Amino acid sequence: MRLAWLTAATLWRRELTRFARDRARVIGALAPPIVFWFLIGSGLGDAVRVPGAAGGLTYLQYFYAGTLELIVLFTSVFSTISIIEDRREGFLQAVLVAPAPRLAVAAGKVLGAATVGLLQGLSFLVFAPAAGLHPGAEGWALAALALTLSSIGLTGLGFCIAWLLDSTQGFHAVMNLFLIPMWMLSGALFPAAGAPGWLKTVIALNPVSYGVSALQRALLPAHAAASGAAAAPLSLAVLAAFAAAALAAAGAVASRRD
Amino acid sequence: MNAVEVEGLVHDYPARRGTPARRALDGVSLAVAAGEVFGLLGPNGGGKSTLFRILSTCFPPTAGRASVFGRDLIADPAAARPLLGVVFQSPSLDARLTVRENLLHGGRLYGLSGAALRARAAEMLERYRLRERTDDLAGALSGGLRRRVELAKSLLHRPRVILLDEPSAGLDPAARQDLWEHLLELRREGASILAATHLMDEGDRCGRVAILDRGRVVALGAPAALRAEIGGDVITVESDDAAALAAEIERRFALRPAVYGRILRLEKAAGHAFIPALVEAFPGRIKTVSLARPSLEDVFLHRAGRRFSDAEEAA
Repeated sequence: MRLAWLTAATLWRRELTRFARDRARVIGALAPPIVFWFLIGSGLGDAVRVPGAAGGLTYLQYFYAGTLELIVLFTSVFSTISIIEDRREGFLQAVLVAPAPRLAVAAGKVLGAATVGLLQGLSFLVFAPAAGLHPGAEGWALAALALTLSSIGLTGLGFCIAWLLDSTQGFHAVMNLFLIPMWMLSGALFPAAGAPGWLKTVIALNPVSYGVSALQRALLPAHAAASGAAAAPLSLAVLAAFAAAALAAAGAVASRRD
Repeated sequence: MNAVEVEGLVHDYPARRGTPARRALDGVSLAVAAGEVFGLLGPNGGGKSTLFRILSTCFPPTAGRASVFGRDLIADPAAARPLLGVVFQSPSLDARLTVRENLLHGGRLYGLSGAALRARAAEMLERYRLRERTDDLAGALSGGLRRRVELAKSLLHRPRVILLDEPSAGLDPAARQDLWEHLLELRREGASILAATHLMDEGDRCGRVAILDRGRVVALGAPAALRAEIGGDVITVESDDAAALAAEIERRFALRPAVYGRILRLEKAAGHAFIPALVEAFPGRIKTVSLARPSLEDVFLHRAGRRFSDAEEAA
């Protein structure tokens, strides 16, 4: 048990140390979503009608929550894609022949990378007031919690994908075919309320939607319900289940002997 | 009790994406005694990397048994792992961490922590002459230094069996010398060492070697004993009409040279006395002639039936 803790803690710390030293990665995960936010948000500003936006909600404000989720997604991808090569010719090969339990290895890696995702998300979240968003104390807490759980869930998912693939090209394909669409169909870009029925079903089945919903509930408390965001308690419950499942799946794939 | 025991090990790589299924190990059995320096030799593709990875508990074999000091590393790798110190060929250091951080992270994976870990890391940094580089990023070190950090990291937990894959890859001759002296020192301290290498001359530094070719052990024993199997000296002759020359040598001297392109190779006791007769018998037809004590490459040739360099190319 002690070894499991030591392993998880040391791998968690390694992620943070690497993050602090790697400016390219900080910028790489943070800049594109912010640029998307500004360009897409400004460009589509008048084209997308946000239901319930009568109270003066702009598209840039609506899109803020979705951008936060995208930052978390990008960070988790950047953090986990390295696993593919790390396992055969890097730091991880030594980790895998150590007596450390694999579940602890997965937990340390996932939680470390998720902490990085959380920090990246928080660094954009603090600028919400500049976009005219003023969540109360409760809103800030809800947003932070949503970022934390989304981060764990998406990093765990990235971990599983990276572990099962043997090429980074494969990961890029999965990202384009699977992860980015998950984000697009989450209410991040357009409100679920205005979507056709089949799309509403897809959004409801997509765990990423609940991260976006929780963030919208936190940042746009007056408008979130009308735009179709799931209620905060439901969102948190689904996110918690998603995070737990992703973490368990990461532990399970890492324990496979191959 | 033997440090490492391997019995009837078979490993198949399944077919995938155009490459057919391949049998990498085909019934390998060997034992490394406690306190021995054991070399795993053979051409690339001969099976030694697969055997190394199985012994390191990277993956289980298709069939067969393997144990470390009696602990079954296939059924219960977790029990065997604390005894092993694995030094991979490709660096397992995190380039973005400092030398000290790499050691500390490595140590914790084996249950070391706190003051004991810091003291042990400091001791290893001292021993491996890394003290001045303690706070440098691992990525900024030269190949030789990185290998030393790698070694220091793998040995923090005082493993009883040290497994090394191509330990001198990327090292200059001085660093290679340094490394081997160090390995012998570790052996004197009680460690058992198994080194996989495709450099046949490194085998001479080992107490015993196993030569693997096409997944089988083709030779096993002390390097000197293996070399002694070869009758006397090895004479190598270069000639433009090697095949014809070989036939004539066979007729005149009752020797059967092996022909490899323009090279003839023959084994003869007291070779130094034979060379003048040979050169005088075929004036102008021999471009170069050389005499050598049999090497482990000759042993390979003898046992595997093909030249080591050809086996390397075929891999």
